[in-house]
Amino acid sequence: MDFLNALVTLSNFMLVPALAYGSQLALGALGITLIYSILRFAHFAHGDTMALGTAAVIGATFLLQGAGIGIAPLPTALLAVPFGVVAMVLYLLAADRLVYRYYRRVRAKPMIFVMASLGVMFVTNGITRLFMGVGETRFEDGARFVFNVRDFRDFTGLAEGLALRNAQAITIVTALIVMVALFWFLNRTRAGKSMRAYSDNEDLALLSGINPERVVTITWVITGILLVLAGTLYGLDKGFRAFNYFQLLLPMFAAAILGGLGNPLGAIVGAYVVALAEMGVTFAWRRVAGHLLPEGLEPSGMVQLLPVDYKFAVTFMILVIVLLFRPTGIFKGKVL
Amino acid sequence: MTARGYVLFAVMALVLAAVGAFQSWQLALTILNMSLISAIMALGVNMQWGFAGLFNVGVMGFTAVGGLAVVLVAQPPVPDAWAAGGPGALLGLLLGVASILAAVLVYKRLPKGRLRGLAVFGVLVVGYFITSAVFGPATQAIEAVNPASEGYLGGLGLPVVLAWPVGALFAAAVAWAVGKVSLGLRSDYLAIATLGISEIVIAVLKFEGWMSRGVNNVTGIDRPVTRPVDLQAAPWVQSLADTLGWDVQQAASVVSGLGYAGLFALVLGALIWLSERAWNSPWGRMMRAIRDNEVSARAMGKDVTQRHLAIFVLGSALCGLAGAMMVSMDGQLTPGSYEPLRFTFLIWVMVIVGGSGNNWGAVLGGFIVWFLWVQVEPAGRWFMELVTSGMADTSDLKAHLLSSASYMRLLTMGVALLLMLRFAPRGLIPER
Repeated sequence: MDFLNALVTLSNFMLVPALAYGSQLALGALGITLIYSILRFAHFAHGDTMALGTAAVIGATFLLQGAGIGIAPLPTALLAVPFGVVAMVLYLLAADRLVYRYYRRVRAKPMIFVMASLGVMFVTNGITRLFMGVGETRFEDGARFVFNVRDFRDFTGLAEGLALRNAQAITIVTALIVMVALFWFLNRTRAGKSMRAYSDNEDLALLSGINPERVVTITWVITGILLVLAGTLYGLDKGFRAFNYFQLLLPMFAAAILGGLGNPLGAIVGAYVVALAEMGVTFAWRRVAGHLLPEGLEPSGMVQLLPVDYKFAVTFMILVIVLLFRPTGIFKGKVL
Repeated sequence: MTARGYVLFAVMALVLAAVGAFQSWQLALTILNMSLISAIMALGVNMQWGFAGLFNVGVMGFTAVGGLAVVLVAQPPVPDAWAAGGPGALLGLLLGVASILAAVLVYKRLPKGRLRGLAVFGVLVVGYFITSAVFGPATQAIEAVNPASEGYLGGLGLPVVLAWPVGALFAAAVAWAVGKVSLGLRSDYLAIATLGISEIVIAVLKFEGWMSRGVNNVTGIDRPVTRPVDLQAAPWVQSLADTLGWDVQQAASVVSGLGYAGLFALVLGALIWLSERAWNSPWGRMMRAIRDNEVSARAMGKDVTQRHLAIFVLGSALCGLAGAMMVSMDGQLTPGSYEPLRFTFLIWVMVIVGGSGNNWGAVLGGFIVWFLWVQVEPAGRWFMELVTSGMADTSDLKAHLLSSASYMRLLTMGVALLLMLRFAPRGLIPER
């Protein structure tokens, strides 16, 4: 029995990565849930827009690096985020003006919106690949670790080590700041309140003089910020590949539905649940179990419930369980 | 079909003929065959969307399951692998199904409460460990048998055409499970659930090597039409080549392509006939009534969820059939080549462009969009060359733009979809 070492191993290989991944998902799922509650459709272009936003950030990063501007030990990409945000907000607003606004005016069915977002997804995907290709791009620079395994071992004298990568630390901290800011915005400012009113009851909001187009614009702006941050943090953590961003759609939707579509707090909780479940089920528990179980009883296999390739199956199972037993999600999202 | 439909199909035929005359007949036939298969997928999606308003974004998964059927039906069995772990693998699968059924049973029998949750969880955990204890070693043993060329159980060694209906059945089974969970809830949920299941199907195909050889691909699957290489030896092909003044190789591949085209056209023709009958039948009217106003259909006593489930299964079965046909035409199953953009969203573009709610429209969409998909790439390259013609040859940007010309087609397809949706939402051949 060696509880501390078990905990450290678990943190190193599962908890910290899951926390980082969960934060990235949470920022994405927040965007999905916001669009859902204001514009009332499932935004299928989310993953690809994240990819394009990250591509914009990467472009700006390379320019900054070329000019020799950096903020070491932090990655240059953080400095480039504002460029990406501006680009993506403009892109999303353009998409709204050119595509979605028409369907709002004719009060099209939600499925038509989803279809339109598929079209936007296609276009966005094409643009991203035009710029970035399909290969992997790494753009992380600056220091790599906040502290690495050896530092940790020397410091604590434990047998197991714990490393905290820069990208992970930045992800978790940024996500926290953004979430706090978002809740402050939604609960305390006039614009945020008008958004919530519009989401709760569209007609009543219109009656009380809230301009729907303004609400929609604010929603896209916030979504743009969340998207670019989520995408950049994910890219810093795991490298940029356009297709991976498309595949994030499923966990992000699962997180949003699990928390209750249209409920921001739910999206955040859902994202961490999805991330922990994905990592936990595909994690090889052998070393942790080795520390926890009495001597002689150490497991011989990997003690891995499912191979890593099936992480989407885990997400999907969560989705299925929610749909079967509680379609409104943990926190009772919109009436569905 | 209206006069407009006939004209559009005639134009399409002319365009394909032009490809044959100016590019090559092989290319024209390749496009035609894939168009026929795409048209079947589009018919399936049209059934779901056009008839019933269901939004399925998992076409890729159903197609891939159909493809798997070809391997399981047509490939010869691998006796060594069966001896090594065949029974174990099958027993493992049975145990897995049994533990899920047991969990469902427990859930249904026990009263609501914490005890039920714990019992279901316990059954699943125990079932999981028993299953993996049997399943894991068996599949490892199978994958260890001659891994360079086999390492899987093989199939039943039956005629390959038999795999087509089996592929449809496989897809139908998957669709039933997905539909059972997500139909009857909000319409977005089906979309998200199908998106998920299609990713999982591909993951299973890639990872379960004992079944599909995973990313090692199954190649050399028996074909329903004689391969061009074997046709070259046939005297009548040689004499045909002489009369046409082609070389034997070209003549053989054209003959083989025509064979596939005939087979596929037969299947497509039968399916169109059936779909048209269904559309004009009381059942078709009921489906449209449900699509147009669910509430009043329900008030008339229709079980909307059951009807949706039925048509969802039917449409997915068509996708599975098409997937099986595609794999048997290629003669190989390559799980790595399934991409959602190509196999799901492109089919949607076909349905929207062609005309949702019209079988002929969906078919036409299949032809047009597949044609564009193939031909836009060279056009994109030409466009990029035009754009970059002013740049220096050594420029990195020029090289980059030229190399990414193939992504132009995603862009084109997206723009086409958006334009159709906005300005001609009823498609080229609208619903009557």
